[in-house]
Amino acid sequence: MVERTPILNFITHLVLFLGFVLAVAPFVIVAIAASHNLKDVNDVPMSLLPGGDFWVNIKTAWTTANLGPKLLNSFIMAAGVAAGKVVISALTAFSIVYFRYPGRTFIFWLIFVTLMLPLEVRIVPTYAVVANVLSPYQTILDVTGLTWLIEKVSGVQVSMSFGLLNSYSGLILPLIATATGTFLYRQFFLTVPDELTEAARMDGAGALRFFIDILLPLSRTNMAALGTIMFLWAWNQYLWPLLITTDQSHATAVTELKQLIPNVGGAPEWHIAMAGTLIVMLPPLIVVVAMQRWFVRGLIATEK
Amino acid sequence: MASITIRDVTKSYAKSQVVHGVDLDIASGDFVVILGPSGCGKSTLLRMIAGLEEISGGEIAIDGTVVNRLEPRERGCAMVFQNYALYPHMSVAQNIGYSLKVAGVPAAERTQRIQAVARILELEPMLDRKPAALSGGQRQRVAMGRAMIREPKVFLFDEPLSNLDAKLRVQMRSEIRKLHRRLNATSVFVTHDQVEAMTLADRLVVMNGGRVEQVGTPGEIYKRPASRFVATFVGAPAMNILEGVVELDGLSLLGGSRRLPVPRVGLPVGAKVAMGIRPEAVRLVAPGSQGALNATVDLVEELGAGRVIYVDLDGAAFSVVTSETVHPAAGATVGLKISPDDMHFFSSETGARLDVFKASMPVPAH
Repeated sequence: MVERTPILNFITHLVLFLGFVLAVAPFVIVAIAASHNLKDVNDVPMSLLPGGDFWVNIKTAWTTANLGPKLLNSFIMAAGVAAGKVVISALTAFSIVYFRYPGRTFIFWLIFVTLMLPLEVRIVPTYAVVANVLSPYQTILDVTGLTWLIEKVSGVQVSMSFGLLNSYSGLILPLIATATGTFLYRQFFLTVPDELTEAARMDGAGALRFFIDILLPLSRTNMAALGTIMFLWAWNQYLWPLLITTDQSHATAVTELKQLIPNVGGAPEWHIAMAGTLIVMLPPLIVVVAMQRWFVRGLIATEK
Repeated sequence: MASITIRDVTKSYAKSQVVHGVDLDIASGDFVVILGPSGCGKSTLLRMIAGLEEISGGEIAIDGTVVNRLEPRERGCAMVFQNYALYPHMSVAQNIGYSLKVAGVPAAERTQRIQAVARILELEPMLDRKPAALSGGQRQRVAMGRAMIREPKVFLFDEPLSNLDAKLRVQMRSEIRKLHRRLNATSVFVTHDQVEAMTLADRLVVMNGGRVEQVGTPGEIYKRPASRFVATFVGAPAMNILEGVVELDGLSLLGGSRRLPVPRVGLPVGAKVAMGIRPEAVRLVAPGSQGALNATVDLVEELGAGRVIYVDLDGAAFSVVTSETVHPAAGATVGLKISPDDMHFFSSETGARLDVFKASMPVPAH
């Protein structure tokens, strides 16, 4: 229903405007703070008129935190997570929707359960596995006594070790497998008419061919939406990168922002911290703006 | 071109059986229409021929090869779906040529064959359009093209015209017929629309409740329906059926309230029968005429070329199609004259046709 009265129009616009101010105000304050010098930013209250040191602060933040490589790390991680997620979700949903095999429901529920076990809950075991990917297998060998047996027979002590700490795979892989993407795809695949599947079968296309030629092109908007969300989500990850990157070479931009935040006893350089924040905020913003059209379409309407 | 042999084919789902032992022989080049009410198993049968549905029992052979275990692509069938099932992200040309692409036909040959098919179907100007930019009739033609390009042994149609408006449906109907004459490929067409079935079929298969009721030419099925179901399902308005009991010199109808002087039908006296008469075989006469049944007019439907008169015969609904210039008003009494030659008899118990009455039999004097 569409109501058109001047008063209602005014009120709705007022509400929209208030919402906009509420959302944008912190951002504006960050931008203003980033343009002050050390003295002005620590004035109480801080002047809400922009200062003149914006570019100097940006430059300082960039060099102090060495943001160039860190942004690249963040980008690799976020893009890797987004891409991995899109691929894994599409494949798992394809399997769940289009194939009848024993244990299908069980697998569906396994995937569902991961919704209730986010990374933060299982961070200790996940860390243990990433520290040595082969540790579960080692444990199996140890518990079953096979290690002992092999050692007795061949004299070789079995000790498998393959660590992913301080690597891109370590950053990306544990973040890829979650249920949300699978469900988004599942919902979409369920709306694809059965006749389309049958037409493809009559045309001689096998399962994989159907997936690549028909399903994937049809789910382009879904991919864009999921990719965008996952890019942002991965970009903003803090806990996981902080845990597994002990070496500066793989640290991400979001965790390295910490370096810019003044320590106790240090100079209160909040203008530099704010400038750094602005820089780190920029790439996700660009991604959202670029993908916006696709993103919205993928989440609301299914193309008929 | 190929023949299709269907031997005792059944289909069961977990709980219920939907196709009960169907036997059918389809000759090479035939246009066979399977007609039946919704849920009679006709689409299931078609999908079993196509390979989209597993065959629970019996066997289907195309050109002598049993295809029960073959994938759809190995059976040499092409199918036109009810909702066309065009790939929405592909252009018309890509839609038509997809099966060739899957089969690995080189691009040059593909283009050539797409062009050839598009020419036949008059789709040439819209080869680059997406299905969303086409009208219903055009989409239908693309779906036909997609089936044609594979040069299949068998064409399968699953109610392909039911989504079109009435005028387009008539037009596409004759186009399909012309196309069949031109390609002469074996075709199986499923529909619940009897006009479509009558006009398209070389041979008509009437199905009901998962069984084949009758197979024959449209004319045979109209003139000599094999069962009460076929009699009432084929023909519009439907054939009138009156329950009756055979007597020595006629038929006692409607629980004895009416009598029709009918020559001996060769049935035992006292046999319970259902007498059927086509609405267009009933003649309107003055009430009270010799041998006529009196009835009250309920409703008159004007068709332009004629009219359908619904009458009430002691509570039984009865329809008469007449082109005569009589205009009985609702509530008027009319006489219905029924010639013994036009009567069909069915067993009251089984519904099967009782074919004992011969029209040429000498009519005994009253």
